Amino acid sequence: MSEPIITFERVNKWFGAYHALRDVDLTVGRGERIVVCGPSGSGKSTLIRCINRLEEHEAGRLVVDGVELTDDVKAVERIRREVGMVFQQFNLFPHLTVLENVTLAPTQVLRLPLAEAESRAREQLARVHIADQAAKYPGQLSGGQQQRVAIARALCMKPRIMLFDEPTSALDPEMVKEVLDAMLELAGAGMTMVVVTHEMGFARSVADRVVFMDQGRILEDRPPADFFSRPEHERARDFLAKVLPR
Amino acid sequence: MAARQIRSGFDFLRQPAGFDIGEGPVPYGPRDSYLWAFAAGLANTLRVSALGVVLATLLGTVVGVGRLSRNALVRWGCTAYVEVLRNLPLVLLLFGCYLAATELLPEATEPVTLPGGGYLSKGGLQLPHPTWSPGWGAALAGLSLGLAAAWGLSRWARARRAGTGHAPAVRWPGLALALLGPLLGWLAGGAPTALTRPEMGPFGVSGGLSLTPEFLALLGGLTLSAGAAIAEIVRSGLLAVSHGQLEAAQALGLSRRQATRLVLLPQALRLIVPPLTSQFLNLTKNSSLAVAIGYPDVVSIANTAINQNGQALECILVIMAVYLCINLVTAAGMNLYDRRTALVER
Amino acid sequence: MTGPGAPTDLAARPRPPRAGGAWRWARRNLLGSPASVLATVVALAAAAAVLPRALRWLVLDAVWRADYQACRALEHRAACWGMIAEKHRLILFGRYPHESQWRPALATALVVAALLVTAHPRAWRRWLLPLWCGVLAAFLLLMRGGLLGLAPVEPGSWGGLPLTVLLTLVGMTASIPLGVALALGRRSSLPTVRVVATSYIELTRGVPLITVLFVASFVFPLVLPSWMALDALGRTALAITLFQAAYLAEVVRGGLQALPRGQAEAAASLGLSWWSAQRRVVLPQALVLVIPAFVNSLLSTFMDTSLVTVVSMYDLTGALRLALGDPQWRAFFVEAYLFVGAIYLVSCLALSRYSHWLEGRLGRWTRREASGA
Repeated sequence: MSEPIITFERVNKWFGAYHALRDVDLTVGRGERIVVCGPSGSGKSTLIRCINRLEEHEAGRLVVDGVELTDDVKAVERIRREVGMVFQQFNLFPHLTVLENVTLAPTQVLRLPLAEAESRAREQLARVHIADQAAKYPGQLSGGQQQRVAIARALCMKPRIMLFDEPTSALDPEMVKEVLDAMLELAGAGMTMVVVTHEMGFARSVADRVVFMDQGRILEDRPPADFFSRPEHERARDFLAKVLPR
Repeated sequence: MAARQIRSGFDFLRQPAGFDIGEGPVPYGPRDSYLWAFAAGLANTLRVSALGVVLATLLGTVVGVGRLSRNALVRWGCTAYVEVLRNLPLVLLLFGCYLAATELLPEATEPVTLPGGGYLSKGGLQLPHPTWSPGWGAALAGLSLGLAAAWGLSRWARARRAGTGHAPAVRWPGLALALLGPLLGWLAGGAPTALTRPEMGPFGVSGGLSLTPEFLALLGGLTLSAGAAIAEIVRSGLLAVSHGQLEAAQALGLSRRQATRLVLLPQALRLIVPPLTSQFLNLTKNSSLAVAIGYPDVVSIANTAINQNGQALECILVIMAVYLCINLVTAAGMNLYDRRTALVER
Repeated sequence: MTGPGAPTDLAARPRPPRAGGAWRWARRNLLGSPASVLATVVALAAAAAVLPRALRWLVLDAVWRADYQACRALEHRAACWGMIAEKHRLILFGRYPHESQWRPALATALVVAALLVTAHPRAWRRWLLPLWCGVLAAFLLLMRGGLLGLAPVEPGSWGGLPLTVLLTLVGMTASIPLGVALALGRRSSLPTVRVVATSYIELTRGVPLITVLFVASFVFPLVLPSWMALDALGRTALAITLFQAAYLAEVVRGGLQALPRGQAEAAASLGLSWWSAQRRVVLPQALVLVIPAFVNSLLSTFMDTSLVTVVSMYDLTGALRLALGDPQWRAFFVEAYLFVGAIYLVSCLALSRYSHWLEGRLGRWTRREASGA
């Protein structure tokens, strides 16, 4: 495996009295594609949201791209430039056009001149096959189109890691494929990806490892072939029985 | 009604009113007609409402944002202000302000001198003001031209955005145009700087811009009360923007300040403006409480007129018409703003 | 790379106590940034300057007896609560005859007790309506007198807190049927009904309450036939009713509109009759949406009654001005305003807290559970 780019060491997180992450140990190497799956409430979203500090972990150590995540605001902002995130609810900015959505961060954070940011933006929009919608507003696009814009928006910052928090769960079935295709293309280009999803077909074809979580613990962390054919834990077997089509 | 021998009809509007009006920007004497008296009252209503709206919005915005501050003391102070003022009747507040202005301030013959040449006493607030001259007229003309130019600039920016997807930054140039216009006009008119100052006399202060204690009390009460309501509107508008928006902005690497300015505020403003407008209308309607403390707004004038000629129905219809017109104009303006800033959806 | 070598029976552990609890809170909430530090310093300095003096003025050096000489000797360096001791019955009861003031006190206490009973949703049964009719009747009987050996007292002498309570209650209860009728009228399919209802609502909401009070005081005596003449109290109550009905109509309309049509459709598809669906599915949900706004309406009516001082009725605010008419005690108006302000503040805060509690209670079955992932 290549050098680690994300390291979780005995990471714990509580929401009030609820123990959401329990002694999580996980290492992600550069260029690896990890799929995180598990039943609802198992802590999958909390796990990846800790990586760009949208959630603050308590107890344990979390190192991303050589920087340890602590209360240090400057370090966190540096990390967020290197880590891109795609949300289940897209979270596009409705008051800006598609092009402005994508160029916002490069101009404000990376301080790129507008012309360069725009050409970068159009390049990324073309990559997800949505360049012709650049002058439209998010409210005018379908769910699948919005999610692809969200992917382009994250990519425009040229991140080293891409996080996906259930990117297709809020989409109508006929739009799921266009988003998965965009993610496949990304994987093929060698991006480090951590994906929380229920799309097991994607896991089987793209993932290097599948991480199964339940009740805040990582129960399985194996290549997809092993995970799907010979799951070790009963909870994993139950989950697969419910999720995989017959 | 004929049995009670009271005249009816709106002819009385042309008759001389026969009473005096204590203050106001419209020149009025007892021999002017009732219609002119109502106009003077309307001017007074608009005067206190406009100023009240501006002050209350400033106060409300500061307090509303303060309620979301990270500093616990600021939060508690702002919350205390809002909770107290939202639970006190405006009439009580007004009477209290009025009594405070007329009992606690120094006598008119020994006023407090303010820096810049103003005076504050039981007789009110007297301030120096620029003497009117053609130079100021030119400044006003320049202001209209500057605003028109700024508006034209924003139209151009919108067209560019619809075409290419990116809007050129026109906020600062637009503001510069709006400020440059009056400045150039003022310079072209001879750069007048003469001030009319209030003078201290044996019976008190005279001259200058005079604000009576009734005006000050009404303004103070309206501002404090509406400020609390506006603070709530601002706060709920800011909270109503979906949390995911801020998260997405931060995940892209924007600092908290940048995320607030570029993502949170534009969306919050759209949520804040409609209830803010109804709060402005409320403030204007509440200015009718002037009748309780003797400030001659349009309702006070109507009250005096009714007591004098008994034509209650007509006078009341006049004030109802006034308020309904104010409502209509504001509603139309709001609709216009809504249509222009609505989020584009399919 | 760590695989499933971790123990698989990892039970949930409680959160470890945070180090330095209070200091950590202070760091975050008071000293988080340079601006925050400045604000904390300024606020603490202001408190240090103001609080001791306020405490001395309000409590420590204040005069509590109704002793005019002692109060004058204070020269406003401290509060003269003796003013309240002297004048509180005038402020609270207006010009009601002194020896009969137990009657308005009892009447108000009955209303407050009835309110407390009505507050809990478990009390919303059929006997609530007769209870309120009874309480209102007892209230009017106690105030008016003339029966059961109670000396008659003209409504013109009613004042203070009981008058505020009466106007609020009558205003609210009478405006409910009118408001509901207007709301339904606005949604009606008959154009005349719709136009009339809409015009009434928009007209009334567009003008200040004072205008409606003027209409009631000046115009009704001229326009109504003499057999329908109402005294000042009746006219004022009518004005408040007409005014509130328009706002209540909008509240009810909002509730009816907010209910998704799917609810009635689902009930119908399950085979419920129209009335059964209304009673068991539509109305309970519409009420959930409407009741908190209704309580807010009650709150604003309570505060609006203070306007009747403009038409020379002596509610709580008016009675206060009456008390300040005494040239001797007039100088202590600050204490009097603080007293009345405190009454309003406490009542209104209680009402609005209740409204929040009620909203939370009623909304419990419409809120979705937060999903974790």
